[in-house]
Amino acid sequence: MVQKVNGNPAESKFDMQKLLAPAVMVIMIIFFVIMVPNLRTASGATDALLNVLNASYFIGFMALGVTFVIITGGIDLSLGTTMMCGMLIGGLSLSWGLNTWMALLIGVCVCTFIGLLNGLMIAYLKLPPFIATLGTQMMGMGFGAIVTKVTTMRFTDQGFKRVFYKMGNDMPAPFTSFPIGIVWLILAFILAWVLLNKTKFGRYTFAMGSNYEAARLSGIKTKYWLTLVYTLCGFFCGLAGIFYSAVYTTIIPSTGNGLELLAIAGVVIGGTSMAGGTGSLTGTLIGVFTMSILKQGLMLMNLQGQWQTFMTGAVVVGAVLLDQYRVRQANKVRRL
Amino acid sequence: MQEATKAVPSGELLLKMEGIEKVFPGVHALSNCQFDLKRGEVHALVGENGAGKSTLMKVLTGIHKKDGGNICYDGKEINPTSPQDAQDLGIGMIHQELNLMPHLSVEDNIYIGREPMKGPFIDKTKLRKDATALLQSMGLSINPATIVNKLSVAKQQMVEIAKALSLDSTLLVMDEPSAALTETEIQELFKFIRDLRSRGHAIIYISHRLDELPQITDRVTVMRDGQFVGTVMTADVTKEQIISMMVGRTIYEEPKTKSQVPDDAPVVLEVKDLLAHNVKNVSFKLHQGEILGFAGLMGAGRTETMRALFGADPREGGEILLGGKPVQIKSPADAVNMGVGYLSEDRKAFGLAIGLSVRDNCVMADMDKFASGGFVNNKKIDAATMEFVDKLSIKTPGIQQLVKNLSGGNQQKVVIAKWLVKNCDILIFDEPTRGIDVGAKSEIYQLINELVKMGKSIIMISSEMPELLRMSDRLVVMSEGRVTGELEIQDATQEKIMTLATMAMS
Repeated sequence: MVQKVNGNPAESKFDMQKLLAPAVMVIMIIFFVIMVPNLRTASGATDALLNVLNASYFIGFMALGVTFVIITGGIDLSLGTTMMCGMLIGGLSLSWGLNTWMALLIGVCVCTFIGLLNGLMIAYLKLPPFIATLGTQMMGMGFGAIVTKVTTMRFTDQGFKRVFYKMGNDMPAPFTSFPIGIVWLILAFILAWVLLNKTKFGRYTFAMGSNYEAARLSGIKTKYWLTLVYTLCGFFCGLAGIFYSAVYTTIIPSTGNGLELLAIAGVVIGGTSMAGGTGSLTGTLIGVFTMSILKQGLMLMNLQGQWQTFMTGAVVVGAVLLDQYRVRQANKVRRL
Repeated sequence: MQEATKAVPSGELLLKMEGIEKVFPGVHALSNCQFDLKRGEVHALVGENGAGKSTLMKVLTGIHKKDGGNICYDGKEINPTSPQDAQDLGIGMIHQELNLMPHLSVEDNIYIGREPMKGPFIDKTKLRKDATALLQSMGLSINPATIVNKLSVAKQQMVEIAKALSLDSTLLVMDEPSAALTETEIQELFKFIRDLRSRGHAIIYISHRLDELPQITDRVTVMRDGQFVGTVMTADVTKEQIISMMVGRTIYEEPKTKSQVPDDAPVVLEVKDLLAHNVKNVSFKLHQGEILGFAGLMGAGRTETMRALFGADPREGGEILLGGKPVQIKSPADAVNMGVGYLSEDRKAFGLAIGLSVRDNCVMADMDKFASGGFVNNKKIDAATMEFVDKLSIKTPGIQQLVKNLSGGNQQKVVIAKWLVKNCDILIFDEPTRGIDVGAKSEIYQLINELVKMGKSIIMISSEMPELLRMSDRLVVMSEGRVTGELEIQDATQEKIMTLATMAMS
């Protein structure tokens, strides 16, 4: 006999705090529409939307991957350089006569391997995630430059750009500038969402972040699963690399540095707690789009790069303050 | 005890532990311990802090490896080497600090690591069905989808018990399950335990609350100083008899017989109705030149009281008067400026910068005194440090010696010197002799007596009753965040203190 359970309290009790991130995004959109007249025309709005989407791809993939890591209470500072290192080695393989697709596969494998390395150092050698990934960040950057002898790598294959970035001018009208990347990002999001919410792997990700020791005592092979989390994050960096190559064509050694912080910022704005145990991929996507909207909006208001950086920083601080507030509220409930 | 449980266990023997030995470096934690348990029995395990209860249970549940003796469970000799091992045999433990994942749902917590699967995905329908059936069979009205940190502590405990039962545990060890519960919740827990007992589970019940033993336990085993004292039928003994079994050790230090404080000594510190986390309406007075002892068991709220008084933790209510005048202490800096010094239980974490020198530690709290125009006057600092190194006879090769190279006793003296440099008149000692060897202990006692002669007033928290009886002029006893009694030193005995310290909330 199964008792009828009256609704899921986690869903039935409407969580106002979960609405904060989307609310910030909506307010921001309204603000920019008011401030920038051009956004009220159809073509202006389309252009802006395309720019926002195109600017969200590679950060988006990285942010999806690192969301898993942050839910376990960890951090990955190597995202940006991992992606660069992977794509540099992928680009190098082009000069061995491989085709673009093989090169990309190699790039993704390299990234996944760096993720595995992070995981092994953190789970088995018990290095703090901050230190381990700071190490791989610098090693990745150096290694990429060493193997390419500090030369720029180019992914010039148009067919590949057509699959991942823009469909091209020879396509029928509505598809010429269709941002095909968003389709891939949504597919990756669905994959990640299923992993996080429907599988053991996802449950253990939350469990480890909530109480690592309790998870271990429950008989979960925590070291194995934690390694897997970082490996998955590396894999997502590889995916990010594919889209970076598609959008920018050229990979210059040492350019990836700093992207990881944008990805982490997106996760944090999306409401995933740095303390671990909670987090959502939807929030992460919203966070990434929030940053892109901010960037695009400020650009349209004729505020330059330095303003965009400044404002992004302010949004991150605001988001972390919200995070702390949330944690405090949660603790209050627990004490009662 | 009149209200004794009728169900005298007649069941077969489930567990027998004999001659258990456990040695940690430098400590003989368990020597020749024994314990037995029958099916369908609730067996209490009691003793002072450090009596070895937890160590014995950790041996049973595979957390510690025993150094001698044997454990016979269900007719077979066992030797569990991990909690997993013990669990496989059907021995589960409900720890005092709950081992749950607070952000996950009840059902996820119960079945984590053993989720029902449907292909690559978790079978949420079956998970819900199993969890609901389990909770229902336990008579619990908890929605299995609830996130655990939204539940009360009592309910969380039930979830942990549910988890243990879902693993087919025959034997459950409960470490102070009632400590964090309200009276109604405790009654619910007891009802639940009786239910488990009637279904043939055996329970080892660790508790400090002697009052509740007759309500729930069949037998009581008392431990003291890592040794087995005795096992008795709960119905056959009084609380007083259990207490005398718990404290029966010989007192190797002569207790103080009379307060050394003159009757007309002024009150230097008065605390009225202090409220903070785990501190409930605590009031007490401290007189000039007095050593006021704070007794109680672990978690009684003594440290929390002092931290709230000192401004280290937020105060939620109450009044503090220094020399008769109400004062606002909002931070440790305020307290220090008003002449109150706190010597923490954990010297290394809170009291000392162990990587710095004796000199730097001594003057840390009062740098202003030695600085003019932003520059520190090293000569003055050296002179002041030398003075206190002499006065407290700190054994150090020099004032530049790093504190981490000193012995525990001398580190403690450096902390004292720090507060003396600052001219603190009220010193709060939290477990001043923990982790210090016997010789250094008596030196610390002498030092505290010296301080009193210098006109300082002392509050001393200690879990060692002989130490409190030897040092204090008066005693405050706390239990569960409340003051349960005050004793003049001439009236105080270990039995009286223990009675007050184990008093449950009314």
